[in-house]
Amino acid sequence: MQQEISGSAVISLLVDNESGALARIVELFSGRGYNIQSLTVAPVDEQGSTSRVNIVTTGTPSAIRQVKVQIERLVPVSRVVNLSDAGPYVAREMALVKVVSSGESRTEALRIAEAFRARAVDTTATSFVFELTGSSDKLDSFIDLMRPLGLVEVSRTGVASICRGPKTIQNF
Amino acid sequence: MMSTTTQSPTDAQTTTALTGAEVLMRALVEQGVEVIFGYPGGAVLPIYDALFRQNHIRHILVRHEQAAVHAAEAYARSTGKVGVVLVTSGPGATNAVTGLLDAMMDSIPLVCLSGQVPTALIGNDAFQEADTTGITRPVTKYNYLVRRPEDLAPAVHEAFAIARSGRPGPVLVDLPKNITVGDAPYVSAQDISPRTAKVQIQPERESVIRAVAAMKAAKRPLFYTGGGVINAGPQASEALRRLVDVTGFPITSTLMGLGAFPGTDKRFLGMLGMHGTYEANLATHGCDVLIALGSRFDDRVTGRVNAFSPGSFKIHVDIDPSQINKIVRVDEGIVGDVGAVIDMMIEEWERTPAATHEADLAAWWAQIEGWRAIDCLRFTQDGADDAVIKPQQAISRIYELARETGRDTYVSTEVGQHQMWAAQFFRFDNPNRWLTSGGLGTMGYGLPAAVGAQIAHPDALVMDIAGEASTLMNIQELGTIAQYRLPVKIFIINNHYMGMVRQWQELLHGSRYSESYSDALPDFVKLAESFHGRGLRVTRLDELDNTIREALAHDGPVMVDICVAEGENCFPMIPSGAAHNEMILGPEQESSGAEISTEGRMLV
Repeated sequence: MQQEISGSAVISLLVDNESGALARIVELFSGRGYNIQSLTVAPVDEQGSTSRVNIVTTGTPSAIRQVKVQIERLVPVSRVVNLSDAGPYVAREMALVKVVSSGESRTEALRIAEAFRARAVDTTATSFVFELTGSSDKLDSFIDLMRPLGLVEVSRTGVASICRGPKTIQNF
Repeated sequence: MMSTTTQSPTDAQTTTALTGAEVLMRALVEQGVEVIFGYPGGAVLPIYDALFRQNHIRHILVRHEQAAVHAAEAYARSTGKVGVVLVTSGPGATNAVTGLLDAMMDSIPLVCLSGQVPTALIGNDAFQEADTTGITRPVTKYNYLVRRPEDLAPAVHEAFAIARSGRPGPVLVDLPKNITVGDAPYVSAQDISPRTAKVQIQPERESVIRAVAAMKAAKRPLFYTGGGVINAGPQASEALRRLVDVTGFPITSTLMGLGAFPGTDKRFLGMLGMHGTYEANLATHGCDVLIALGSRFDDRVTGRVNAFSPGSFKIHVDIDPSQINKIVRVDEGIVGDVGAVIDMMIEEWERTPAATHEADLAAWWAQIEGWRAIDCLRFTQDGADDAVIKPQQAISRIYELARETGRDTYVSTEVGQHQMWAAQFFRFDNPNRWLTSGGLGTMGYGLPAAVGAQIAHPDALVMDIAGEASTLMNIQELGTIAQYRLPVKIFIINNHYMGMVRQWQELLHGSRYSESYSDALPDFVKLAESFHGRGLRVTRLDELDNTIREALAHDGPVMVDICVAEGENCFPMIPSGAAHNEMILGPEQESSGAEISTEGRMLV
């Protein structure tokens, strides 16, 4: 049998904003041994009755197909799209990165932040909190560069994603 | 039942203030509920009060909440209706968990109503509080915690719609006491739109056309049918019979599918899988087109997955898209109601030119007859009058003598060797007659299941083929049987061991029978009598038939203690981790089974 190569995928879904809905999705992943790399959730309609969940998961193509059909079985879930499969899409996340340093390191941190278009949203004599938005890769490289420069804390939102062009999650 | 009230709950004025419990009753009546299996407690007292004050719904008082769920499962399985369970909060709900998972695994439509502490106390570790929706989330198709009175009726209606739609399953509605005590508005089922629209009933014709083309080109075809055919209703079983008629293909079935196709028909090869027949398993291994209808490639069926039916073109029909390509990669996946798919298959089969492989099909049947000639279920019973009864002898005689009565017969089982022997020896001609715990393998299922089946079919012959160990797990249901005078026939195949555990210990663990001996058993005859029933015991071959006849003829509950040979194993057997062509046959047949591998030992 041909070995399948494991990869990552972004799955977006719409779910009725009811109590326990997120638990259902998360328990499906843990109960069936699927992976969650990142997860974001927030209401997205006018009434606040529908939430969008974006999940970055890893697995073989057949495992990811299973993830999708298993999520589709959940009663409060109305749409599920594997964005990685469905054409070009945008995936962004935000990070808050705290750096504590002085002297040369402090200047270097500020210089790199400018190159990455990160904003310093909090500044003290000994620290910065940078806000950075972009692809997960971009955030990873920024954090890696900050590590030797006094990085002490990172907070990331996880990925929000949407497909490119006029098509919406409702049209798939 | 006599009704003394003139006003039915459905025609009461909508303006009249109803309590939540009354709204619940009304919703249940609107859903066509006739029977509830339950057990009262503090949090459900308002519901029991509303039950007391109405005449439409009958309540069956069980002796343990797990049994309520199994009884409701059997009621549902044997009628095609949704089974209903009512339990109190905390321990009432947690006791129901095993039954709910059993129903989930075997796709049985249930609605379980559980009491809950008042909403204001939720989260306070109140008396008999449990996070019931949290605990039951993975064991139900869906569940609700009703927090607002206006959500009550819609939740109950939607629960029924979800339980019976698509791949059926259990749904739980958790009802805080303030919701059932306080006023609540009634909403009719017609006025809500349940979230079940995603289910695809009609298959895509293109997909069916491709499947039929493969079936027409097949040289060694095989139908592999499962519980989905039974869930799809009696008309799906009828359609299956027509499909086998028009194609002339051999057919095998899973444990859950028995009865969808007549077991006595020559084209039926018996059950497949771990304890399936030689001919069914070798046909599965050797077929070139495998048509899976409402079955899910369970590990008991497939054995080693990468050796399962190698080289066959696989067609998989299921109403649940997540089942397709879950375990085994298939060549044609068809999503739809299996009855609708079979109808369309017949249509396409008759529309297209006749298959040109008649000779191949005849050769395939000849090969199958060769396998059948091995007679894999044969066993040797010592014919002496005082001979020890073999369990296979007991079960095959129960089957034959029950058949002689000509009565409509429902059979439940517990879990273990006796269950597999019953699956092998009973030949069901109709669906919905075979009640067994397949997916979860719940010991203690059979006795409460017999209760549920007998309540649903008061005039039918209902039997529980039991093991002495399993049946003790829910033996308290003898109380329910006594209370409602249910003429259930319980046949305990008593080999003084947890037989299947003993068998695996013999085959895999050097005959070290660790904790599998049934020590200190009760006297089942006295036990039956103490529960106001009839108790019989048989220890010799010459008394077997008469004892079974006596039990079948008795018009009340009977428990028969059939003392059988202790050391019998259930064959054929595919050892865990082995392929279908590596089956172990019994001592009666030439055996060339597989050695059990280290990997196999790790499997269940």
